[in-house]
Amino acid sequence: LLQWLVDGDAPQHLRREAAIVMGSMAKGTAENINTLVEEGCVSVLLKGLKSPDQAFVESCLRCLQTIFLHNSNCGNLIYQEPSIVEDLVEIMPRSVCTQECVANILASSCKEPEHQSKLCECGLIPKLVDLLAGKVYKVQMPVLKCLAGIVRENGENCVVALTAMHNNVPLPDMLVQLMLRDRTSEMQIVAAKVLAYLCGGGALAPQDPRIISKTLPCLIRMCSRDRTLEENVEGAETLAYLLEQDGELQRVAAVSDHIIKTLAEYLKYTDVQQINRCGKRIDINWGIEMKQAAFKAFAALGANEESIRKQVIETEHLMEYVVVGLNSGNMKVAAAAIRCLHSLSRSVQLLRTTIQDHGVWKPLMKIIQEGPEELLPVASSTLCNLLLEFSPSKECILDCGAISVLVNLAARPEPNLRLNGIWGLMNLTFQVEQKVKTKVVESIGTERLFRLLSDPDANIVMKTLGLLRNLLSNKLHIDHIMGMYGNQIMQAVVFILEGEHPIQVKEQTLCILANVADGDKAKDLIMGNEDMLKKLMNYMQYQPDVSLQIAAVACISNLIWSGEDGACARQAKLSEMGVQTLLQKLLSTTDTVLFEKVRTAVQQFS
Amino acid sequence: MVCQKMAASNESGANESGNSTNSDPDERLKKLYPAVNEEETPIPRAWSAKDKFNYLVLTQNNLRVQYKGAGKTHKDAASVRATHPIPVSCGIYYFEVKIVSKGRDGYMGIGLAAQGVNQNRLPGWDKQSYGYHGDDGNSFCSSGQGEPYGPTFSTGDVVGCCVNLVENTCFYTKNGVNLGIAFTDLPHGLYPTVGLQTPGEVVEANFGQAPFVFDIEDYIREWRMKTRLTIERFPVIDRKGEWQSALQRIVSSYLVHHGYCATAEAFAKSTGQNIDEDIASIKNRQRISKLVLAGRMGEAIEATQQLYPGLLERDSNLLFLLKCRQFIEMVNGSDSEVRGSALRSPRSQHGGSNRSSPSRSPLHHSHRPTQALQHGPHSGNTSPSRTKTHTKSSLASLQPYPSLSSSISSSCSSPTVNSSLLHGNGVTHSNKTNNQSECSNTKTFSEENLNVANMANSSANGVVLNGSDARLIEDIEMMDGVLPESRDHVTNGTSNGSETNGQCLNGSSVMDCRDDDMDVDPPISRRQLCGGSQLAIEKMLQFGRELQSMSIRLKKEHGNNEANRKQLQDAFSLLAYTDPWSSPVGAQLDPVQREPVCAALNSAILESQNLPSQPPLELVISQTAQCMKLMSKAGIATSAFADPSDYLH
Repeated sequence: LLQWLVDGDAPQHLRREAAIVMGSMAKGTAENINTLVEEGCVSVLLKGLKSPDQAFVESCLRCLQTIFLHNSNCGNLIYQEPSIVEDLVEIMPRSVCTQECVANILASSCKEPEHQSKLCECGLIPKLVDLLAGKVYKVQMPVLKCLAGIVRENGENCVVALTAMHNNVPLPDMLVQLMLRDRTSEMQIVAAKVLAYLCGGGALAPQDPRIISKTLPCLIRMCSRDRTLEENVEGAETLAYLLEQDGELQRVAAVSDHIIKTLAEYLKYTDVQQINRCGKRIDINWGIEMKQAAFKAFAALGANEESIRKQVIETEHLMEYVVVGLNSGNMKVAAAAIRCLHSLSRSVQLLRTTIQDHGVWKPLMKIIQEGPEELLPVASSTLCNLLLEFSPSKECILDCGAISVLVNLAARPEPNLRLNGIWGLMNLTFQVEQKVKTKVVESIGTERLFRLLSDPDANIVMKTLGLLRNLLSNKLHIDHIMGMYGNQIMQAVVFILEGEHPIQVKEQTLCILANVADGDKAKDLIMGNEDMLKKLMNYMQYQPDVSLQIAAVACISNLIWSGEDGACARQAKLSEMGVQTLLQKLLSTTDTVLFEKVRTAVQQFS
Repeated sequence: MVCQKMAASNESGANESGNSTNSDPDERLKKLYPAVNEEETPIPRAWSAKDKFNYLVLTQNNLRVQYKGAGKTHKDAASVRATHPIPVSCGIYYFEVKIVSKGRDGYMGIGLAAQGVNQNRLPGWDKQSYGYHGDDGNSFCSSGQGEPYGPTFSTGDVVGCCVNLVENTCFYTKNGVNLGIAFTDLPHGLYPTVGLQTPGEVVEANFGQAPFVFDIEDYIREWRMKTRLTIERFPVIDRKGEWQSALQRIVSSYLVHHGYCATAEAFAKSTGQNIDEDIASIKNRQRISKLVLAGRMGEAIEATQQLYPGLLERDSNLLFLLKCRQFIEMVNGSDSEVRGSALRSPRSQHGGSNRSSPSRSPLHHSHRPTQALQHGPHSGNTSPSRTKTHTKSSLASLQPYPSLSSSISSSCSSPTVNSSLLHGNGVTHSNKTNNQSECSNTKTFSEENLNVANMANSSANGVVLNGSDARLIEDIEMMDGVLPESRDHVTNGTSNGSETNGQCLNGSSVMDCRDDDMDVDPPISRRQLCGGSQLAIEKMLQFGRELQSMSIRLKKEHGNNEANRKQLQDAFSLLAYTDPWSSPVGAQLDPVQREPVCAALNSAILESQNLPSQPPLELVISQTAQCMKLMSKAGIATSAFADPSDYLH
């Protein structure tokens, strides 16, 4: 058959028949399709699309459609040759059949960002919008799916889609029409999905009525019990996606149609059902699907607002379900459960109560230490929250080897993991006993610490400085640590202050310096460094940002604190350098915080 | 006071501009609740000035409620109900309350209460009372103990309350967000209500006269769709093909009734049906109908007297109706009396041919109310202007309504029986054994018949649509009074025959290509009284005098007949105008007005032959309409979302 298809000399009717037979074969079992794919059938059929014979092209398309809908690996094949996509887009408007088939093919092959941009370049979006305006249901559906694929997490394509119009009706308005409640559920949900993606991609504001008063209620409807499980899962997942970024949407969603109670029901679902989709029986564990969807939605709902978190946690047995989810060994559920936990762990109250009561840290640590790589970012991020000073789990987690876990993370090539590692270290060193601090410094080693200070990611630099600041927190600790690592730390400080860094980073550094200046012995490290003192004086006069002035004054204030050993000598030295006059001058500041600091400093001179 | 009013009108103006429709408040309600008959069950439009506790003061057309009591304890609570209970036929009812001011403590309750519930309480505290309270966001379901329900509400919030009368549930909205179901198993006959408890609390209601914050239309849309799907997916058990044959009988009887002779014959042939009336009789009726529709009343009367002797003599009211019409047609210049004898012999007497085509078709004016049941078989004395209520008879897609069927088999008059039957969708469809008699005994239509109508509608559609096309052409010709070259003009005869036969009836050989059958008005000069002929005018006047004397005679014999008197008066008043066509009574001259007369005559003839005066199909349709009315009376709210006329084009 393939031979005939390839052979341009073969009689046209024969080639047509061959394509039809091929299509029928594809309608058979999954193995049939795999065989066809292995035999290179796809590229042959794609070549067939260049034929001028419409009937032949349609047969090829039908066969391709069947293959693409059932074999997700074929997606890449249409990008092998640049012309194929263009051809497909070109063919698409020809007939209802080509519209449907091409939209289906493209919808199932739009997975990667490159795919999205390639398809967008071909001018696909306006064509899809035109087809959407047609009233043919079986074309509209794949078109919607294709649109969803092409705008998903792709800001540029979102903008293109936002401005696309048909007869002066913009796409989002068309989508709102397709979400009306007398449309089929399937159509409502895909239309809502496209709108949610447009919102997520920044093209539509969350407060846009089309989002907050059309898309949101539509998705909430899809979660209700009278819809199918499939719609429930898709609805909850899309809802989670839509809510993630916006507090107001979360607030509205939380009171809509008892959504929290509805989602809580999902957790109880345990059936494994065989459903019949497209003539094939697929085992879908609905229990798992429902649970993970609910966890995701809970995570999004509780992302920002404490009162919503409270409502979420009041869900019966939620934490038990989360723990079971963490332990379940099912990636999808575990990932969603961690996300949910992460969201809930932002609540101080919950950290102290429910989260502690359920010993959630145990499975969490297990996942971080042994679990799959994909779960690390969110899991480690959750761990950071559990290591906050007021979290009662902190001790247990430390005993469990948290330091080495975090240190390892801090050494990872992925910036987000490095960040979480250092962040966790920063959190756990806050007001902790010296033993732990020393252990942290020992584990991470000054060398790595300083390497992190030159990290290209400003966030990581900040958290590293934060770690340093926490390490150098009370007098005793300061002297101890500075005694061991004084020189390196001072070097690092100079390094940062001289480098190109954002204001916040410099401020943090000056704060470290202020902490250093608080140590009895450590003071000398600054006092002995005239260069450093000059820098401080410069920052005292740094007009563009008052926060740096405050930090510098605080540092000076610590240096000249009266009543400490050698305070007079230091005061004399700094006076000599003109610090006192500088401080006098700063008394005229309008900033109250700065004024207070300056006044305290001035009072030290006696 | 003035100031306040200004503010209020501004407010509503702003609301309105937010929504595109700036329509009349009453129209808005009509659109929201199209199935409600406000004469029987008025829709609430304001709070009741009588049905309230005296601590409350109403302003702004009784829409705004203000608390003026002591407001010390819960014993100072006060409620007000709307003027009317929520009609069940709303299907889905919705109202909104804006919190103008939360007053001292914001103890406001919004909800529903039955007639007679203590007004010295907040909604929800007592039996048959339901409320959502602003201070704690709790819902109160006939109990002093609230349950956590939704967010709290306060000044500036708009709280909506939606009653789903199909499911008997209620949900609230806050600022357009659906808060989810609050109550289930609600009784019917509840009133909208609000209750206030502390000084300074002011709320204002919107009963639908202004646009709502919540998109209730979308919610209603979903229920409409659900109802439609229930109807369309209603399972039909048809083991022995009885459904189908019953449907076919309905179609065939309809065709016969209206004299679609050729089509009826072809249909009967292809479906194996018998026609109860013999072909000749159908043709006779057809001929008479055609004469009436062509405005040739004199000939029609003559033909009737000749073919059905005694009929008109017995029914003098019918005769009077016909004669009145004849008079009008004389004015019109269409009646043969005034057209000259050359045109007298009707060309339609082409005996034996089965190629005749109907020149008449039922009305397709969808704006006319469906009240067909009132139009009974005795309609001989109804005046033309009154009979227009009749014949919503196009055969278009009548979908079998699930519950309707049962009511038909159980005679329309007992609502209670109906309701019980109607409510369960799973009515058993025991095939009634007596279904062979539906043509003669119209009361025993069983569900099969309906379904037949449904299944056969594709073919029937063709017929009817063709018929109406043809009609149109004919009408235009008649009104213009100019005869086109009708011989080679493709008109109703041809297209009817070929299309219906060819497309739907499959294999009937009747292909009518010659238009030997057209009854069109002869050329007459434009709009002159009686066609402009002096002789004709005299004839007409003479006829008028005869008519007058007949009227007097009838009055003597049968007593006063208001309908007849009115008819005559209307007809005579045509003469008072120089140009009767554009006069206030000119509508009588419209050829469309011939249709009710034709229908009356046709019915009378059929009755005289002991045949049903109404085709079963029309009966079914009007029974459906009646059934819907009974449903809404019996408190079945689904009826709000199923309008039989939606299925008729």
